[in-house]
Amino acid sequence: MTIQRGGALQHEAATPSAEARGLDEARARLADRESILAPLFLLPAVVYIIGLVVVPFFLAIAFSLTDVTAGDPSLDWVGFRNFDAILHDSVFWTSLKNTLIFTAISMVLTLVLAKALALILIANFRFKYLIRFLVLLPWTTPIALAAVAWLWMLDSTYSPIDWILRQLGLLSGNTYWLGRDHLAMASVIAVHTWRIVPLAAVIIMAGLLSIPDDINDAAEIDGAGFWRRLWEITIPLNLPVIAVAGLFGAILTFTDMTVVYILTKGGPENATQVLPSYAFFKSIDGGDLAQGAAIALFLFPLLLAGAVAILRAVRKMETM
Amino acid sequence: MAGAAATLDITDGDQVARARRRTLARHRSGRVGLYVAAIVAALLCAAPFIWGTITMFKQDADLYNAQNNPFVFNLDPTWAKVSYLFDETKFLTFAWNTLWVGLLVVGITLAVGLPAAYSLARLNMRWGGPLGIAIFFVYLIPPTLLFVSFSRIVSILGLQDSTWSLVVVYPTITIPVSVWLLMGFLKAIPRDVEEQAMVDGYSRVGSFLRVVVPLALPGIIAVVVFAFTLTAHEFIYALAFVAPSAHKTISIGVPTELIRGDVFYWQSLQAAAIFVAVPIAFVFNLLLERFITGFTMGAVKS
Repeated sequence: MTIQRGGALQHEAATPSAEARGLDEARARLADRESILAPLFLLPAVVYIIGLVVVPFFLAIAFSLTDVTAGDPSLDWVGFRNFDAILHDSVFWTSLKNTLIFTAISMVLTLVLAKALALILIANFRFKYLIRFLVLLPWTTPIALAAVAWLWMLDSTYSPIDWILRQLGLLSGNTYWLGRDHLAMASVIAVHTWRIVPLAAVIIMAGLLSIPDDINDAAEIDGAGFWRRLWEITIPLNLPVIAVAGLFGAILTFTDMTVVYILTKGGPENATQVLPSYAFFKSIDGGDLAQGAAIALFLFPLLLAGAVAILRAVRKMETM
Repeated sequence: MAGAAATLDITDGDQVARARRRTLARHRSGRVGLYVAAIVAALLCAAPFIWGTITMFKQDADLYNAQNNPFVFNLDPTWAKVSYLFDETKFLTFAWNTLWVGLLVVGITLAVGLPAAYSLARLNMRWGGPLGIAIFFVYLIPPTLLFVSFSRIVSILGLQDSTWSLVVVYPTITIPVSVWLLMGFLKAIPRDVEEQAMVDGYSRVGSFLRVVVPLALPGIIAVVVFAFTLTAHEFIYALAFVAPSAHKTISIGVPTELIRGDVFYWQSLQAAAIFVAVPIAFVFNLLLERFITGFTMGAVKS
């Protein structure tokens, strides 16, 4: 067996026996050979992803073309019947609309608030670490627990928010945050945004810190005020990172159903139902695995298109 | 405004003093605005937790009275609900499950993801570019689509109702995004450093392990923190695959065991949220600087 030499220089092995030295060199050369190393390093990840993502992905597509249920696990081909049923299901269209509204509004809010929060977090002031600690709580707490805490804040009878509004004389009785269509949607969006903002802020903050100080200093010496520097220097230079933060946030928002599941279970009357939660209720609670898979399948092309658009935009910004 | 500095006549003492006052005033109002903004942000973010800290010590009669001020103790505080959480529920088991599943998944993620990221970022390979993008797109396949087939796979592996099912499944969430982030961090390390190490006698693998990995440490820590939060937050798979309470994680254990039908153990729920939130946030804050360094050196530039 001949072993090609890698690009690197060979080091002198100080081993006395010629045989051991030969073995050492062979091993060293093997460890230098990129054509073997590259696939070898990649192999575990590729095997894992094919086994547990790619195969299940196509399995799910196959499921959506059968009549499989939790009670009857045999796969009988039914063609596009599930998709036909979904397209004639008004709840599906409501969920699709809600998913898009939910993602779009929470993303816009997240980016604006996260940008502001990032500017606060990079500033130097007293109690900086306490403020950081408090501000990061929404992201570091498991979302299910945070959503439960909000469930009480939005309770129909005991909501502390209602209590404050009553004390201010702005409200008599109760708001029923989660009981009315639009308020319920607004609540779900608000809680989700509240949770994503700290993460987005940290990512944007990282981007802000990578902007060289001298650009801002030079502009300040030239007399540019805070807002002018913000709009003409910080935001344009920060834009690629803001887009990356937006991408992470959008993926977390688009595929998530935890907030909806805990706060409203999709109610009232499906007013807050999103595609992930609808797919979950259909397949796990309802046992109709095939239709659940068909519903969830709609998420992927939408997400793919969105992600490609964002990544393209980032690339374009960076080459400008 | 921009013209003010340019036309300033420094021989005129009055004008200089006025300019200085104006700058100082602008500076001071900026500081006040900053503090106000910081406090408002902190209150908004921490509101449910601050309020939960009060609530977990409340008696039922105090809590379930819509007329009572929710922000103070109208009746004496009590430990009863907090000790209920520790004595009568499996809260500590849930916490332990979350911790070991999270650490194990982070370990698997690094062991699998780090070499893969290095291979994609550094080693010459024909399919490197498209493969890197493909791995990222895997991240876009939603859990709600995959759990339908995972439920099959989990039962074939005989892991139904076991926390181990989560150890198998969670890397599907963490590996793609970690590889993507790590690729950025590794690309940011100058090639010369590595070449120097190889000139000094390290093999490619040796220079990766002894030179590249230590340099990428802030990025690796960022990935550890990010991956751990993703697993600790995961809800859908845990809800779908794990039913026995001894196997539940925090995310599903608390909402399913402390909400029984229409009965909510509110004070204990609040206590659970606080006892989980505070330690995680504390660790996260310790690592925040490194997390940010990691992000700046990598993801931002890739």
